[in-house]
Amino acid sequence: MYDWHEIGELDNIPRLGSRVVNTPYGDVAIFRAADDQVFALRDRCPHKGGPLSQGIVYGHRVTCPLHNWVLELDSGQAVAPDVGCATCYPLRLENGRIWLGLNNLVNLSAAPQQAA
Amino acid sequence: MSAKERLVLVGNGMAGMRTLEELLTIAPDRYDITVFGAEPYGNYNRILLSPVLAGEKTVEQIMINDLNWYAERGITLYAGQEVTRINRARRQVHAADETIAPYDRLLLATGSDPFIIPIPGNSLPGVITFRDIRDVQAMLDAAQAGKKQAVVIGGGLLGLEAANGLMKQGMEVTVVHLLDVLMERQLDPEAAALLRASLEERGMRFLTGMQTVALLGEERVRGVRFKDGLEIPADLVVMAVGIRPNITLAKAFGIHCERGIVVNDTMQTYDPRIYAVGECVQHRGQTYGLVAPLWEQARVCANHLACYGISRYRGSVTSTKLKVTGIDVFSAGDFGGGPGCDEIVLRDRARSVYKKLVVQDNRVKGAVMYGDTIDGNWYFQLLREGTDIGAFRDSILFGQAHLGDAGHGGNNVLAMADDAEICGCNGVCKGAIVKAITAQKLFTLEGVRAHTKASASCGSCTGLVEQLLAATVGDYSKTAQEKPLCACTDHSHDQVRKTIREQHLTSLRAVFEFMEWKTPDGCHSCRPAINFYLLATWPGEAQDDSQSRFINERVHANIQKDGTYSVVPRIWGGVTNAKELRAIADVADKFQVPTVKITGGQRIDLLGVKKEDLPKVWADLNAAGMVSGHAYGKSLRTVKTCVGSEWCRFGTQDSTGLGIKLERMTWGSWTPHKFKMAVSGCPRNCAEATIKDFGVVCVDSGYELHVGGNGGIKLRGTDLLCKVATEAEAMEYAGAFMQLYREEGRYLERTAPWLERVGLAYVKQRIVEDGEGRNVLHQRFLASQQYAQIDPWAERASGRVDAHEFQPLRQVG
Ligand code: SRM
Ligand SMILES: Cc1cc2nc3c(=O)[nH]c(=O)nc-3n(C[C@H](O)[C@H](O)[C@H](O)COP(=O)(O)OP(=O)(O)OC[C@H]3O[C@@H](n4cnc5c(N)ncnc54)[C@H](O)[C@@H]3O)c2cc1C
Ligand code: SF4
Ligand code: FES
Repeated sequence: MYDWHEIGELDNIPRLGSRVVNTPYGDVAIFRAADDQVFALRDRCPHKGGPLSQGIVYGHRVTCPLHNWVLELDSGQAVAPDVGCATCYPLRLENGRIWLGLNNLVNLSAAPQQAA
Repeated sequence: MSAKERLVLVGNGMAGMRTLEELLTIAPDRYDITVFGAEPYGNYNRILLSPVLAGEKTVEQIMINDLNWYAERGITLYAGQEVTRINRARRQVHAADETIAPYDRLLLATGSDPFIIPIPGNSLPGVITFRDIRDVQAMLDAAQAGKKQAVVIGGGLLGLEAANGLMKQGMEVTVVHLLDVLMERQLDPEAAALLRASLEERGMRFLTGMQTVALLGEERVRGVRFKDGLEIPADLVVMAVGIRPNITLAKAFGIHCERGIVVNDTMQTYDPRIYAVGECVQHRGQTYGLVAPLWEQARVCANHLACYGISRYRGSVTSTKLKVTGIDVFSAGDFGGGPGCDEIVLRDRARSVYKKLVVQDNRVKGAVMYGDTIDGNWYFQLLREGTDIGAFRDSILFGQAHLGDAGHGGNNVLAMADDAEICGCNGVCKGAIVKAITAQKLFTLEGVRAHTKASASCGSCTGLVEQLLAATVGDYSKTAQEKPLCACTDHSHDQVRKTIREQHLTSLRAVFEFMEWKTPDGCHSCRPAINFYLLATWPGEAQDDSQSRFINERVHANIQKDGTYSVVPRIWGGVTNAKELRAIADVADKFQVPTVKITGGQRIDLLGVKKEDLPKVWADLNAAGMVSGHAYGKSLRTVKTCVGSEWCRFGTQDSTGLGIKLERMTWGSWTPHKFKMAVSGCPRNCAEATIKDFGVVCVDSGYELHVGGNGGIKLRGTDLLCKVATEAEAMEYAGAFMQLYREEGRYLERTAPWLERVGLAYVKQRIVEDGEGRNVLHQRFLASQQYAQIDPWAERASGRVDAHEFQPLRQVG
């Protein structure tokens, strides 16, 4: 189902921060929460396409830098009352290395979450 | 049985249910909840009973939570069940029908009872109070049954709203009042007389200075007798002479009561398992009869029920309005005046407008307004914040609009059409806001912001949105309180900063721990604020947390709508040269910058730079001697200058040179909001110095220093701080002013609102009168600059700082 790609180590991503992976389907933002869980979302806000990787991360959420929508990192869902969803991708952590699962199906929003 | 703790609420009214709603948002799973309500419904918005009586709203429209709401949340509701006993030893409550509910914590919110005057005939059919849906139904029934004569006893807020409603229902209404002044707790005699005149004009009759001694009738009330022997006919008598906290239940079961159920600052009664909120409580000797204080109580109580245990209720100052359509009355604070107080009065009989402010030491203490109440909220805010009104005292009665608002939107939102745009930033029109308020049951500004985005961007339409809220859900009274910094805490900006200083906290973690933050790592509102307070309080010591900075400040460039960035190099005092221009041109070519624009701040903006290119762009600009312009920062932005004495035939001083010196001294400094300066060479003021945070206007004999101006959302001209003779002094005053603002302004509060809040007199005292203090402030400013004046671009262009920000993690596929 998924093509798994090794994308780096946990420590390449700052805590409460994010890094971007360029893929043929567009940029994917990889987030690292304070508890070292990692999440992958398409780097486009469902509102007006803002780069989520540039937002402020807290708990398991990120605030979009353009107009402050807040998205859940584990589902890509916008926090109410905003409505929308950023595609999320599965991640695997193996021996400190992160693997990103990609496939070319358009809607991956229901993809299973796998974090450390 | 579940293992959850059990919470029982007695009283299904506004305060109790608000507490539950607050509790459910912060600790949804903590309790099994049971609610008893003597009234047979879900809970409703009691204050809207007046519009229901007046036929402006239906009962359905004022329901807050219907029975489904309770069911969906797993709350057991016994509607129509009065609680008659509390067994504190076994921790159970008993209802009238012997339903028993055990509790771990009990919340009493029994409200109050209307006071019934102890006179003969007071229990006759046709004699009612004005408190709940049943009362309103009785009044509507009487009107429908063709009863003609209504007498309302009590000329206070409630009595007049009842009288107005009955009149709207076609009855002839006489209001009886013991005193000559109507609404004497809210109005002074003058405003009361105007109110009376306009109600009389609508057909209401008044008997004032009259004491009722008996209600007449056998089967049903038919008249009222007064002390002087006068009798008048009545088919319906409404008693609205005041309320008494309903403490029957609490008192009978040994909970300490005085006038109300006595609670401490955490809303706890003398029995630690039992809490109380609402009109039934007495807190620090005070009881309340308006909703706003109850909401604050609800918040605090929910916080303690959730075992967060940090917030305190400290009492409230309230303001009120009368809900009679077409009549505008507002009152707040201590409007009676007294020794040491001045009254500022505006009286316009022809327009029936009356405004009185009671002022002491240039601070608003109270306000009464009749006829034109648009500025009520503004006066109340001045009152709450203790703002020094010295600077605009002479025009204060003309209202806030007179201060020089950019004229965004009209003043009277009610007169606007449904498709009129209220929020210019987000394109939200009036109809959409009203619809969201009704459909989503919103009752706070935050709610409207979240659901519609109106007022959520620049905020200039906030006043209009508040008016819409008031018109749609009812005019909740307001209270004086310091707002919490954000939903992660109950502490205000000032408390956070004070604690950082007193406890010598130097990291975000330390603040979160010491101040018991409710969230593990804050949010996008509090983290940047705390980061600023830490840096401003402990420069060189506190660690700047880049993950707590908004993206622009994290990567030292402004994010654009397409995710690219803009780069604005510093152009000192607006003066550049061929070498710099050439470097900018080369960068534009090399990195294919789509737009090169002259900014409104006398510099050049390179727009549309890709993030990966930023360090390279900076390296090239650095090589030509240019540094970051901080166009992205809550920090010093630009120092605009004019050509001044060097070239201009009118120039009196070297304004360009002074501007450059100021910019060299202050660049890199972080401030609560952006900070702009300008220096003009003569009073023609070509650099627009009088709309800057700090502006200098040169004159022949020296330098006029101006503070607290801005262009922007709400235009504000500066206030003159003072005049100095030398450049050196101008520099010292600038540094001291910036430092004072930095140490005392709240995050995201620009100098204009800050100055209005603390008052020009205060700033003058600290900067002008206290020479030694000024010097100390200036020295502190300079000391912190040694940690701030490091070019963030050079650091990053070197690749040693935050390299990860500018590189993708990987490229795949
Ligand atoms: C570039 C520029 C417009 C231009 O093309 O001329 C500009 C662009 C922005 N302004 Fe401005 N302002 C620019 C001069 C001004 C001026 C004029 C001035 O400084 O003399 C004003 C009015 C004067 C004032 O501030 O008192 C101005 C009042 C604002 C405001 C309203 C501030 C207020 O207190 O009401 C905002 C909104 C904010 O800061 O929250 C704002 C916000 C912005 C932001 C940062 C919006 C944003 O958050 O992205 C824009 C960033 C664009 C970018 O990426 O560069 N900009 N902005 C100007 C940059 C000047 C510079 O060299 O640094
Ligand atoms: C007509 C009217 C207009 C008003 N207008 C305004 C206004 O414009 N602005 C403003 O700020 N305030 C206004 N108020 C005041 C405001 O409504 C009250 O301050 C507020 O409702 C008090 O809330 P509470 O929860 O303390 O009491 P309530 O809302 O009265 O709730 C108490 C509930 O407890 C129930 N109860 C009592 N004892 C028991 C028991 N033993 N067992 C079970 N249930 C019990 C009662 O039946 C009642 O439903 C108005 C009030 C009225 C009546
Ligand atoms: S540059 Fe300023 S005025 Fe222009 S759109 Fe942006 S924020 Fe608004
Ligand atoms: S694009 Fe993300 S909030 Fe608007």
